[in-house]
Amino acid sequence: MRAFFDMGGYAAFVWPAYAVTLAVVFLNIFWARRALARSRQEARRRLQMQGEAS
Amino acid sequence: MNGRDAQVAPPLTVADPSAAAQRDLPDPARPTGALEAARLALLRDLQLAFRKRSQLVQPLAFFAMVTLLFPLAISPELSRLRELAPGVIWVGALLGSLLALEFLFRDDAHDGTLEQYALSGQSLMALMFAKTLAHWLLTGLPLALMSPVVALSLGVSAAALPGILLAVAVGSAALSLIGSIGAALTLGIKRSGALLSLLTLPLSLPVLIFGARATQLAIHGTSFLASLELLAALAVLGVTLAPLAAAAAVRISLE
Amino acid sequence: MDWTWFHKLASPPHVYALAVRLTPWFAWPAALCIAAGLWGGLVLAPPDYQQGDGFRILYVHAPSAWMSLMVYVTMASAAAVGLIWRMKVAHAVAASCAPIGASFTFAALVTGALWGQPMWGTYWEWDPRLTSELVLLFLYLGYMGLRAGIEDPQRADRASAVLAVVGVVNVPIIHYSVTWWNSLHQAPSVMRLAKPEMPPAMLVPLLLMLLGFTLFFVALLLTRLRGEVLSRERAASWIREVIRT
Repeated sequence: MRAFFDMGGYAAFVWPAYAVTLAVVFLNIFWARRALARSRQEARRRLQMQGEAS
Repeated sequence: MNGRDAQVAPPLTVADPSAAAQRDLPDPARPTGALEAARLALLRDLQLAFRKRSQLVQPLAFFAMVTLLFPLAISPELSRLRELAPGVIWVGALLGSLLALEFLFRDDAHDGTLEQYALSGQSLMALMFAKTLAHWLLTGLPLALMSPVVALSLGVSAAALPGILLAVAVGSAALSLIGSIGAALTLGIKRSGALLSLLTLPLSLPVLIFGARATQLAIHGTSFLASLELLAALAVLGVTLAPLAAAAAVRISLE
Repeated sequence: MDWTWFHKLASPPHVYALAVRLTPWFAWPAALCIAAGLWGGLVLAPPDYQQGDGFRILYVHAPSAWMSLMVYVTMASAAAVGLIWRMKVAHAVAASCAPIGASFTFAALVTGALWGQPMWGTYWEWDPRLTSELVLLFLYLGYMGLRAGIEDPQRADRASAVLAVVGVVNVPIIHYSVTWWNSLHQAPSVMRLAKPEMPPAMLVPLLLMLLGFTLFFVALLLTRLRGEVLSRERAASWIREVIRT
């Protein structure tokens, strides 16, 4: 187990690389979902304003 | 304002024949061809630029200033500077060309001339090419003529100078063409200078690479023909594609 | 051949509904492939005889680099379709691609640097691949900057589409000139990926990661696309239905 984390001495490079990539993966998921939620909110607001105008 | 008065009109055909005869404008019976329109646009840009001669000097002053920075920042030793000369010349020329790019379409967009160009029924591509050619004649070519002086100040021997002039002349033409696309895309965006640079520089990298290489070979006295040819190829590619992209971009900006 | 399915893609409500339905079909297989690839790459694959366990960075660097390129090509293709056929949905696809591509280009650069340090002794190496990758990042940033700088949404769509197409034409030129420049200066060891000689235990996790990331991209794209399509639509009727759910 210790050997696994040590990555043959390259741990200082391998694990940060994986961390950065997985961070980018999760950030993308978060951003995409947030962008969708924002667009839905905006559409709701627009519809409300249109409803009030008509 | 700024001397851009009605005397230098956009190249449209004129409705009133008598006025045309008086003002020596094109004969309305014979519609203006694309080449004629382009020539008129080119002359117009050159005439307008010469009314503000002080502005013509600015890119050159910038080029000289940038050149000055490197010896001060690195070392006054000519042997070292000679090594850096290709890079200094090309970075300076590239940045100088970028500086003037913002103004390629700005004034015309502002006073409605660009719209007239788009609506005139003339080939917008030809007019874009004419404006870009004017930009090169007013910025790129002077920078090219100045580059031997810059090179000398960096310890380059006189034998290399013609080659350097040629390389910068061809390269700056390619840069003007590439830059026209970014300038057209960023029309009307406030303070677009940094964005324009961000758009133009990646596309300019091949010109920088081959241009600097040609300059380096010229300095070492070896034949730089291959690099110059690649540079010329880029310029030709630019001539074929850039006015098309710029025209499309202008139409989009005016929509 | 019946092209109705293609023409329906121009319809925003149809595309929105399609995106909602398809997303899980890409998201879950993506998660599976990536999990399997990580297990295979980190645990099952034997250490490289030259690079030891350090080579395992490949399993995150290669997919990131692949993503950066594939997403750009997708973005430029969608932009071209949007320009030629004036399809708002195509422009929405292009807009969705940009942040995804930019972030994975960044990941490719960081993982490349982290791989470089133990292998070449330096965090940064001006080799053609990394340099081209850096230029690609600037192309993405320029695209996103242009979109952000133009206020009118339609104009932003079309202007950035022109930029994307111009960019994609330039990518091979830039890559060629950077490679040429690099070869001149006889730069030290370029990153070699011994692909044909890779044993299956090493190769399969790599393929799984590449596949997994691609599926992930589609899932992300579909999610973002929904929002982009919504923001381009003024017509109320179909949106009302969607918002309620």
